[in-house]
Amino acid sequence: MNGVEDITIIGVGQTAIERRKPAETFADMAYEVVTKALKDAGMTIGDIDNIVTTSNDFWDGRTISSMAVNDAVGAGLGKNITTVEGDGTFSAFYGMCRILSGSYKNSLVVTHVKGSISDNIHITNGIFDPIYMRPIGLDALNTAALQMRRYMTKYGITEEQCGKVSVKNHANALKNPYAQIKKAVTLEDVMESRVMADPLKLLDCSPISDGAAAVIISGEESAKKHKNAVNVRGVGYCADAYFLGDRDLADANALDMASSRAYEAAGITDPMSEIDVAELYDAFSYMELMWYEGLGFCAPGGGGKLIDRGVTEMDGKLPVNPSGGLLSGHPVITGGLIRLIEACLQVRGDAGDHQVKGVKTALAHGVNGACGQSHCVWIVGR
Amino acid sequence: MAKVRTAIVATGQTHHRSSRLDVNGIELIHEAVSRCLEDGDLTIDDIDAVVIGNMDHFEGINYVDTWSIDGTGGFMKPVIKVTTGGTTGSTVGHCGYHLVASGMFDKVLAVGWEKNSESDTTAAITTAFDPIWDRLVFAGAISGLAAEAMAYMVKHGVTEKDAARVAVRDRKHATNNPYAQLRKEITIDDVMNSPMLSDPIKLLDVCPRTDGACAVVFASEDYAEKICDRPAWFHGVSVKHPYNYLGDYEWENSLPSMHMASQELYAKVGIKEPLKEIDVMELYLPYSCAGLSWIEALGLCKAGGAPKLLWDGVTDMGGELPINPSGGVIATNCIGATALLRIAEAAIQIMGRGEKRQVPDVKTALASGFGGCFWSDVTILKSTKPK
Amino acid sequence: MAQKQQDQELLQYKSRIKVPYTWSVGEVGSRFLMELKENKKIWATRCPSCDMVFVPPKKACTYCFSDIHEWVEVKDEGVLQTFTVVRYETPLIPGKSPQIIGIVMLDGADTGIVHLIGGVPHDKVKVGMRVKAVFEENRKGHILDIKHFKPI
Repeated sequence: MNGVEDITIIGVGQTAIERRKPAETFADMAYEVVTKALKDAGMTIGDIDNIVTTSNDFWDGRTISSMAVNDAVGAGLGKNITTVEGDGTFSAFYGMCRILSGSYKNSLVVTHVKGSISDNIHITNGIFDPIYMRPIGLDALNTAALQMRRYMTKYGITEEQCGKVSVKNHANALKNPYAQIKKAVTLEDVMESRVMADPLKLLDCSPISDGAAAVIISGEESAKKHKNAVNVRGVGYCADAYFLGDRDLADANALDMASSRAYEAAGITDPMSEIDVAELYDAFSYMELMWYEGLGFCAPGGGGKLIDRGVTEMDGKLPVNPSGGLLSGHPVITGGLIRLIEACLQVRGDAGDHQVKGVKTALAHGVNGACGQSHCVWIVGR
Repeated sequence: MAKVRTAIVATGQTHHRSSRLDVNGIELIHEAVSRCLEDGDLTIDDIDAVVIGNMDHFEGINYVDTWSIDGTGGFMKPVIKVTTGGTTGSTVGHCGYHLVASGMFDKVLAVGWEKNSESDTTAAITTAFDPIWDRLVFAGAISGLAAEAMAYMVKHGVTEKDAARVAVRDRKHATNNPYAQLRKEITIDDVMNSPMLSDPIKLLDVCPRTDGACAVVFASEDYAEKICDRPAWFHGVSVKHPYNYLGDYEWENSLPSMHMASQELYAKVGIKEPLKEIDVMELYLPYSCAGLSWIEALGLCKAGGAPKLLWDGVTDMGGELPINPSGGVIATNCIGATALLRIAEAAIQIMGRGEKRQVPDVKTALASGFGGCFWSDVTILKSTKPK
Repeated sequence: MAQKQQDQELLQYKSRIKVPYTWSVGEVGSRFLMELKENKKIWATRCPSCDMVFVPPKKACTYCFSDIHEWVEVKDEGVLQTFTVVRYETPLIPGKSPQIIGIVMLDGADTGIVHLIGGVPHDKVKVGMRVKAVFEENRKGHILDIKHFKPI
């Protein structure tokens, strides 16, 4: 495609994902991951010529939320800096574009959030249009429930099939030192867990979390030989209609479009056989099944059967979320960047106990907006 | 060196008003986008990607990028939001530039907007500052700017009347701009007699609150000349956001971030004498005194020399370097759009579409953005392609 | 001062953002809400290019971006596309917990409207049910002038 083959990801850093981090400010978390990413890349802050921070004014409780971390990420040194408000996969894309434009050589992309310090219900209610939808009391969870039921109705997906995602990802998280929840659950546990909003049960839902992450993206020729170098093969992103009634919530059309663009750039025609591992945005259990379909791992409506057949288990043909995914720890905004980091670690063979064997090509996925309205897909590899 | 040469080929904006009750935010955005597409004789199908920006707390909408799809035409397109406070508009403009220059997209729609009528501007801005250290003693944007103005005036013996001359200039220029919110001239006396807000800033020294939107299309070299007969080519951008706490700022030096950003950019594009080599400037001057101290930071004259430039008419229409032919921020301030409007107005000057506010023969234009904790963004556009 | 203390007490500062909002509904939305208030009728707009009928009404088409000027009335009843019974406490949904939220495709419309479902025990709600708008006695020109949609 247009130059992504010159782009490598050479450094990554993430905090442990925790229910709360009372000892740390946003700046502390950002500094931690920037330091880790620089060390991982064998660089100092002096090697970074531009920075993309990623934060959300509602979650942070401050407008110009970037101001909370500018110092900690190195902006004070007079570096060119910008801020994306949305999932980290999108800001990493922009960080890559800033290199491809010829303006910079090394982009530092940083994300942070502290879900613990404020009120998820009010904050996600704020996603909804104040005239027509907000007064109904919509939030991320009850709208996900609307989507889950629509998905199940249209395609005959069962609650058990969705529950299997939770079982799989919680089991995988046991081997991820960064995961917030390291507790296995059985399908029975999921089915008997507290009903939040039918048909969503507690164990179908990701938790509230604090976390930060950073990646260093390079356009330098020398970076390609870096021991940690992971090549970018393709990226695509796409947004669907906004009002919930303006689209069929059962179909991830925007993901289909986003992944098509990424696959085209990466020269992938058969994702099931050409992708070795995928890290997907499983904010809710049913979403992972929907994303299998949007990504073309199976036909529309085929997500349930895919998990029934064990295809996406650690020992399956295409392991999904070896890290434990968001169901095991969901720092918003940061979630997608962690998917990208995990995909890179898989390619590098650095995923430790949750390493999938023989990974050459990995897929990472991030989501922005309610009910999976907007998606970003990365294909990375060696 | 840019991978793909990139130019602005179309712009659109709303008629800015203190309050637009006839449209909700999405519809306001749609208005600017429609006008922009019309300006370029384009349809929404021509657009490959969308970037949008505003300051969240002014309208209380979370995830504006996904909310605004009906306004931006972003349905089934790549959409992203960028935001950095007052500099949001230039951040949006720079994003549009990088998305095209990267070769990833050929035509990108960039939108900045704000509906300041929907909230208490000061209450929202106050939330920008650190809740533990700064927020409780800070009172919105004006107090910080007043402290800066005071420091500059004391250091250089500049008077409130000198500052008022900036407001008089921008308000006069606005009478040529059908889109500007405030389109009546004011006198030095009007400014001096207006109510004091925060010493030395008076009501007529400072920008209004505005509902408005601006949309710009960035196009790659392959398309730019097909769409526009005189594209405004991007030659360089520089962004310096070095401070986060009010206590870190060097109050007695004229906007150091602007000095750093402009010096870096001038070096990059080869400008040695900005006053001579730049034909027009659209500057983010939220209040009058900034029009003195910050043009010193831009290297137009020595420290303390700005009042003379103003009184000599150097920065008026017809002068050697007209500043803010659009009327600038003192005439219109829809915050999320404002810095993008500066880039759009600079592009309009190069494209020759300025009508009554057109400066003759513009080849090089500079646009600035300001916001956050005394942050600065600078952009240079030219009528000729970069190398 | 010495390096980091082991048992440093960690303070927390409780506060909130106080930014009141006055959102412009706009001409199109105002007409829709006033029709709810004055006439208990639901009006939509139709795209001249792709014929889609939007509820709530839009000024420009989501799908093809055309300007929309035509108003069409839609029925105040339709089919329930999906729903959920919200069992956690949330101060934001009107009515007593558990509340029911759903998406209704009104007869004549091409887009669903999100609203409350009421006047029915929650274990009796089914996708595909026909539901009808129940209007409040005292209406203000607000989406909640419709109290909820009730199965018919």
